[in-house]
This record gives sequence, structure tokens and C-alpha cells, in this order.
Amino acid sequence: MSILVALPVLLPLLAAALSLVFNTFPRVQRVLGVLVLSAIVVDAAVLLAHVDRAGPVVLRMGGYGPPIGITLVADRLSALLLLVSAIVTLAVLVFSIGQRITDYGRDTASNTFHPMYLVLCAGVALCYVTGDLFTLFVGFEIMLSASYVLITRRTTAQRVRAGMTYVIVSLTSSLLFITMIALVYAATGTVNLADLADKVAALPPGIRTSLGLFTVVVFGIKAALVPLHFWLPDSYPTAPAPVTAVFAGLLTKVGVYALIRTQTLIFTSEAIWTLLLVTALLTMLVGALGALAQNDINRMMSFLLVSHIGYMLFGLALYTEIGLTGVILYVVHHITVQASLFLVGGLITRHTGTVSLRAMSGVATAYPLVAVLFAISALSLAGVPPFSGFVAKIALLRAGAESATFTAYLVTGGAVLTSLLSLYAVTKIWVGAFWGEARPPYEDPDPTDEVTVGTGNTSRGMVTATGALVAAGVAIAVFAGPLAGVSGRAANDLIDGKSYREAVLGAAR
Amino acid sequence: MTINITMAVLLAGLYSVGFYLLMQRSLVRVILGIVILGHGANLFLQGAGGPPGVPPFAGLAAPEVMVDPLPQAMALTAIVITFALTTFLLALAFRSFVLLGHDEVQDDVEDRRVGTTAERNDLVQEAAP
Repeated sequence: MSILVALPVLLPLLAAALSLVFNTFPRVQRVLGVLVLSAIVVDAAVLLAHVDRAGPVVLRMGGYGPPIGITLVADRLSALLLLVSAIVTLAVLVFSIGQRITDYGRDTASNTFHPMYLVLCAGVALCYVTGDLFTLFVGFEIMLSASYVLITRRTTAQRVRAGMTYVIVSLTSSLLFITMIALVYAATGTVNLADLADKVAALPPGIRTSLGLFTVVVFGIKAALVPLHFWLPDSYPTAPAPVTAVFAGLLTKVGVYALIRTQTLIFTSEAIWTLLLVTALLTMLVGALGALAQNDINRMMSFLLVSHIGYMLFGLALYTEIGLTGVILYVVHHITVQASLFLVGGLITRHTGTVSLRAMSGVATAYPLVAVLFAISALSLAGVPPFSGFVAKIALLRAGAESATFTAYLVTGGAVLTSLLSLYAVTKIWVGAFWGEARPPYEDPDPTDEVTVGTGNTSRGMVTATGALVAAGVAIAVFAGPLAGVSGRAANDLIDGKSYREAVLGAAR
Repeated sequence: MTINITMAVLLAGLYSVGFYLLMQRSLVRVILGIVILGHGANLFLQGAGGPPGVPPFAGLAAPEVMVDPLPQAMALTAIVITFALTTFLLALAFRSFVLLGHDEVQDDVEDRRVGTTAERNDLVQEAAP
């Protein structure tokens, strides 16, 4: 059973190597990518079912036990996120194949998309299942270096500018991560998460707090918390739609996951964490207001992404079981919805040939199917009742109301306001892009660039993938009951922390 | 536990120089900043293992006088990663130089738009009375 934990990391890495070998055979690369990611979906589903029934699965790499060896752990939270991420990466891969961005560079024999995409999937999976801080760093680096290549592929002047910002900011945060690991190791002499949980608790409170704050800064840059979010709306919109979709869906969520893991397991705080609450409020409002000021559809959705990171922080800062349940539900919902929104954005720009909301109009009459897909994802993002966002938001708002402190009430109010602002922002997209008279597509301004194309039609693969992802978002709402059950049990594990520690270190400790 | 003053001063120097260079406008200086910051971080990781001692080979000495091998292994991994990413960054900077003809960090598009809007408003106000 424990091999299931390693497969989501091993399979894509091996497939990436094979994919490089079959560089000149795009069909082999495509089949390989889709097969491997489908296998991971199955693997993650089996893992989740097993973990939910029998408790965390631990794999000791090379037979070395903790705290020295590398351990891979899958508990309910990581298995659930693994499953959702696998579904999203599979859908996005099908979309990219449909958009044929995977084919660019075939004539120059530098077909990097497939290998890099698989490496990215491996990195994300490693971040979810790792049991120690240093392997988490390695997972981040695998994921980020693949993302550097994907964001700067087919460099144009604009993309090199945005890519530079992205690479330098991420690299700086990685160096801060190394510093944090050094500090943690100097203070405790271990990097194993379960072992740290005991050892950090024995440290003086001052050191404990400063280490905790350091982790918030390190993971905050990756997760795009508000004072540290500046790089995101600049860099994400320059990449092609599927790349942006997978970045927006997964990369920031991995930061959020790392925050949840470290703040619940290691730097536990019994009381409500006011600083994190205030950051959550700022993140929600700055993101939503920033979105309203945009004209570029991709920039607007990037700001909305920042804004909704605030909700996840909000639940984490409350640190109650229902709050964490809300966070987990929200992460699951948001990965799916944000990725499908960016894919729909890709369909729109592909169809109209522009990213400017003022320049496009009448997509609803020209292309009703895209309008339906957008409406479902947008309403879900804003948290309108029958869709998945509502289920997650109601859990968070209930947690906020139950905490019953002034700051918690304030942030709860902010969360409701942000919901309305998000609804207003997506309405702006709707009015700009979908209403009005249908227009012929604009000429492609830059044929070397795959962001805007303006073909007037879209391939079947793109639409199918987007439709499948939107359907997955609807399924979250339909199966909200069982999902909330798993999330609740996962949150209980997080608050308790005992099952994770016992699984890793053995019951004797 | 004793504190190694030389190491502490050296690390503080590397970190401050690194962050200072990171704030510069020229891309080459920014990359140098990343490199120096990387050196600082890796040295710090290495130093977190404690004072120097006997190399950690089994049977060479008693385990008490050996150095801790774990931070060395981690520092080695981190060095490889920073090295690889520095190479990537250099290639990207070169690409930027080829495409743009200089190595200055570009203004943010949004900032520039806000700036021009403000300038235009000023001009309109000057022209009004």
C-alpha cells in the first residue's frame, strides 16, 4: 500500500525522462502524458479511500527511519489534495494538447512542454506527501524550476520581463526557505515534521514565535498573501492559458498547503491568530478591489485569485475544527474553479483574439457554450448558492461567527463583502465579454505568442477539457456531503496532530 | 553552545550585500545579489550543523567528536539547486538583453499606466484655469 504514496512523484519524473527521449514524437509524448496523469488520478483516489479508512500511510525511503531518513506521508489532507490536483493537471494537459501549444517548437527539436509539465506535477505531488521540511524545499524547487521554464517558453519581450520578476521573486523566497531550514535545524536538530512538532514545543516561546513568523513569510510569498502578492498579477497573465490555469490552481495552493501543515503541526497556536486574520482581511479586500480596476481579463482573474487566498488564511487563522474544515473545502473548490476560470478565459481570448475587456463583446451570441461554462465557474467562485463555492464559504463564515471575537466578526464581514466584490468583478467580465453585438475576431497581434490567437473557433479538446473541469466543480457541490465528511475528519486530524505523529514516529514515541 | 563570531559577521555581511544588490536596477547586479544571497543561505545551512569536528565516516572516531553530516548533505543539495537556477537566470538575463538591448529591470506596466494617468490629470488641471 505504501508504494502508492511514492507513485505520484516517481511516475511523472520517469515519464518526463521518457518524454525527453521521445522528443521528436509528439504523439508518443501526448499519450504518455495523458496515461501517466490518469494513472495518478486512480492512484490518488485509491490512496484517499485507503487513508480515510485506515489512517495515514507512511513510506520510509531507503529503509531509514525518521528523523534521519526521508519519509513520505499521506494523511487525509494530502491524499485529498493529491486527488484534486491530479484531476486538474489531467484536464489542463488535455486542454493544452487541444490548444496545440504542446506542438510549438517541434521543428526546432526543443519540445519542452511535456517533460516540464510532468516535472511540475511531480514537484506538486512531492510537496503534498513529504514528511520533512527539507524535502518540502526540494519539492518546491522541482515545481518552481519547471514553472520557470513553462512561464518563459517561447520568450517574447513581455514574457521575459514578467518571467524575470517571477523567477527572481521565487528564487528569493527559496533562499529565505533555506535560511528558515537552517534556523529550524540550529534550534532543534531535526527537519522531520513530526519530530519537529515535539521539539519546537519545547523551545522558548520567543524563538518559537519568530520561527513561526518566518515560515509565514516564506510560504506567504509562494501563496501570495497581500503584502507579498505583488509578483503574481504581473507574471501569471503573460503565460498561455493552460499554463496560467495550472499555476493559479496549484502553485499558490501548495503554498497554502505548506502553511496549513506547518502552522497546525509544528507552530500550533491555541488562540486565534490576530496577525494572520488581519492579513487574511487585507488579502481578500486588496485582491477584490485590484480585480475591479483591471481591463485585461487574465490580470483580473489573477487578482481574484489573490483575493480568494484570503479565505483560506481566514479559516487557518481561526484555528478551529470547523474553520479548518472550511479551509480544506475551500482549497478543493478553489483549485478546480480557478483553473476552470482560466481555461474559460483561454477559450475567450482564443475566440476573440484580445485580452482587453473593452475590446471584446458578444461572445454569448457567437459562442453560447463558453458563456455557460463561464457562468457556472464565475457563480461558483463568487459563492452563489447551488455551486461549490457556497458550501465552502458557508463553512468559513460559520466558523467566523462561532469564534465570536471582534476581529473574527470583522473579517467575517470582510469575507461577505469580498464575495459581493468578486460577484461584481465577474459581472464586469460578463458584461464586457459576453453581452453586446458579436464581433469578428481580432487579428493575432503577435504570431509567435500563444496567449491571444483570435481564430474565431476553438478545438474540441479545449472545450471538452474545460467542460470536464467545470463538471468536476459542479460534482464538488453535488457530493458536498461526503466531501465535507472527509474534510471534517482531515481537519480533526490536523487539530489533533496525534495520528500523524504516531504514524511517522511509531506509537512508542 | 558557543557562538562563532566570524561566521555570524560573515553571514550578516553576505545577506546584507545580497539584499542590497537585489534592490538594484541592473539585471546583472540583481543576479549577483541572488548568487551572494545563495552563498549566504548555503553557508548558514552548513553552519547550522554546529562546530567543526572529525569527518563523519564510520569507524574513524567516536560519534561525539564527529560533525553532524545531515546539514552538509542538505547544503550540498541546496548548492546544486541554487547553481542550476543561477544558470537559468543568466540565460534568461541574456535573452532579455538580446530582446530589449539593455539589462535594466523594466518598469511595471501597471505602474507606468497609473503614472501616465496621474501626469495627464496634472496637465489637464494646469490647462484648466
